[in-house]
Amino acid sequence: MDEVVVKTEQVMPVHTSKPTKLSRNLQYIKKNYILYLLIAPAVILTIIFKYIPIYGATIAFKDFSPIRGIAGSEWVGFKHFTNFLTSPNFMEILMNTIKLSSFELLIGFPIPIILALMLNQLRKSSVKKNIQLALYAPHFISVVVVSGMVFLFLSPVGPINAMLSTFLDKPISFMSDPDYFRSIYIWSGVWQGAGWASIVYVAALANVDPQLHEAATLDGASLLQRIWHIDLPTLKPVMAVLFILAAGGIMGIGFEKAYLMQTPMNSPSSEIIATYVYKRGLLAGDYSFATAVGLFNAVVNVFLLVFVNQVVKKLNEGEGLV
Amino acid sequence: MNNKIKHPKGDRILLRINNILLTIIIIAIVGPLLYVFLSSFLEPNAIIRKGLLLNATDWSLEGYKRIFTDDTIVRGFINSILYSVGFTIVTVTVSILAGYSLSVDGLIGKKAFMIFFLFTMFFGGGLIPTYFVIRDLGMLNTIWAIIIPGAVNVWFIILARTYFKAVPNELKEAARIDGASDLRIFLSVILPLSKPIIFVLALYAFIGQWNAYFDAMIYLDDRELYPLQLVLRSILIQNEVQPGMVADVQARNELMRISEMIRYSSIVIASLPLLIMYPFFQKYFEKGVMVGSLK
Repeated sequence: MDEVVVKTEQVMPVHTSKPTKLSRNLQYIKKNYILYLLIAPAVILTIIFKYIPIYGATIAFKDFSPIRGIAGSEWVGFKHFTNFLTSPNFMEILMNTIKLSSFELLIGFPIPIILALMLNQLRKSSVKKNIQLALYAPHFISVVVVSGMVFLFLSPVGPINAMLSTFLDKPISFMSDPDYFRSIYIWSGVWQGAGWASIVYVAALANVDPQLHEAATLDGASLLQRIWHIDLPTLKPVMAVLFILAAGGIMGIGFEKAYLMQTPMNSPSSEIIATYVYKRGLLAGDYSFATAVGLFNAVVNVFLLVFVNQVVKKLNEGEGLV
Repeated sequence: MNNKIKHPKGDRILLRINNILLTIIIIAIVGPLLYVFLSSFLEPNAIIRKGLLLNATDWSLEGYKRIFTDDTIVRGFINSILYSVGFTIVTVTVSILAGYSLSVDGLIGKKAFMIFFLFTMFFGGGLIPTYFVIRDLGMLNTIWAIIIPGAVNVWFIILARTYFKAVPNELKEAARIDGASDLRIFLSVILPLSKPIIFVLALYAFIGQWNAYFDAMIYLDDRELYPLQLVLRSILIQNEVQPGMVADVQARNELMRISEMIRYSSIVIASLPLLIMYPFFQKYFEKGVMVGSLK
C-alpha cells in the first residue's frame, strides 16, 4: 500500500500544494474502482444480513411491537435480561449449554489428534489413504440423517436394545432419558467429525522430517518418546489455533443437532440457549425476550474468545490467534 | 521410515495395538453405515434377529417402493438440487470477487474490509433480528431466503484471498504493461488460473447446502418448497409418515413395519449420492482444509 502512495507523491510537481491523504486515497479509489466493485456484493450482503440485524437486536432493550416496528417500540432497558437471569430455568439452560459444549470440547478436541498420531504410525501409504477415506465418510452425511440414525439405533425396538436384551430385562429408552442426552450428542459428534478433523493434524505430521525419527530411534528413543518429543511439538501451533477457535465457540454451540435430538422427555439436559431462543422467539413470538437471551449469549461468547486467546497466548509463548 | 532400523520390542507391541485399535475404529465408523444400507433392503431388524442366516424372504424393496408412491421425497430431492446449485453459484461468485479484491497489494481500506468481514464471524444480531430482515425483504417462502442471506462466507473469502495471493505478481504486471485494465486482468489472467479454488469452494458450498436444514425450517412454511433434509426430518425425527406412502395400509403393526423400512431407505437415498462422490474429490477437500489452516 505504502509503495503506491509514495510513487504518486514523487510524481507530483513540487510547486503544487501537497495533496492531502484523503485526496490521494480518492485518486486511488477512482483509478482502481474495479477492485471496489468486485468487493461490493460481499459488502452489501454483509451489511444487509449481518449488520442490519445487529441494529435489529436493539429490540432486546425494547418491548417490541410489530405495529410500531423496531425504531418505534418503547425502550425498556435491561428488563428482558433481568427477566431471563432471574427466571427459574436460567441456571438449567446456562449449565446445559456450558456442560454440553465443554464436554464436547474435552472429548472432541483430543480425539482427532490421537487419531492423527495413530494414522501416522502406518507404514503403507495406500493403507493409510484407504483408512482415511473410510474415516471421512460420516462427515458427508447430514446432521438430520445422523440424528435419524441415532433415533433408529437407540429406539426401544432398535438394534442396540436388541443386542442389550440378553443382559437387560427391559429396553432402555435412550432418547427420552436426560441422563443419556449429552453422551449421545457428543459421541455421535465424534463419530461424525473426528476423522475429518484429523486431516489438518495428519498433514502437519507429514511435514516432519523422517530423519528426525530415524536419528531418535538410533539413539534408543522409544515410540512414545518420539511421539512426545517430535510429533506433539510439531502439532502444537495448529492445536493452539484450533483450540482457541473451539473454546471460543463454547457458548455458540450448534443449534442444529441439539434441536433434532431434543425430545420433550430429555429436555432437562438438552435445552440449551440456542434452542430456547428459537422456541421462545420464533415459535412463541416472544421476540424481545428471545433476542435478549441471544444477545446475552453472543456477548458472553465474545468475552470467552478474548479470554481463551489470552490464556493460550500465555501458555504458547506469545503465539495466539490475534 | 527406514525398515532397517531395529525397533525395540515394546514399540512393536505398541504398533500392533495401534493396528488393532484402528481396525476397531474403522468398524465403528463403517459398521453403522453398512447396517443402514443393508437394512434398507431388509425387513425391520432382520440383521439383528437372524445375523448371517438371512434368507430370501427377509429381503424386501418395499421401503423404496413406498417412497416413490409419494412425490414428497422426489420433490425434496429436486428442491435440494435447486437450492444447492443456486447457493453454490451465488456464494462462490461473491467470495471469488471479494477474495480477489482483497488479495491485491496496496488496496486502500483492505484492513478495514477484513475487520468488517471478520467481525461478523464472532458477533451477530442473532436469530430473530435476522429473521425480521428476511421477512421485511419479502423473502419468506421463497428460494431467495435459502440462497442469498448465507452467501457471504468469510471463510471462503479468506480461502480465495490466500489462493490469489499465491498467483505471481509478474503475470498481472505483464498484462498491465500490455495495456489490460484491472477488469481485463481479472477476467483473462486471474479467473482461468482459479479453477482449482472455484472447484474447492463449489464443493464445500454444495455439500453444506445439501446437508443443511436450519434455514429452510425457519424461512420456508410451504411444504412444496421443502428441501430433502426437511422431508427427512419429518420422516426420521418427527415420525411423520407421508400419507401418500401408506394410503392403503390399515393395521397398526403393518404401518410400523413399513415406516421403519421407509426410514432406512430414505436415509440411503439422501446420503448415497455424496458418499459415492466424495472419494473422487478427496484431494480437493484436503487441499481446501490445508489452505485454510495456513491462514
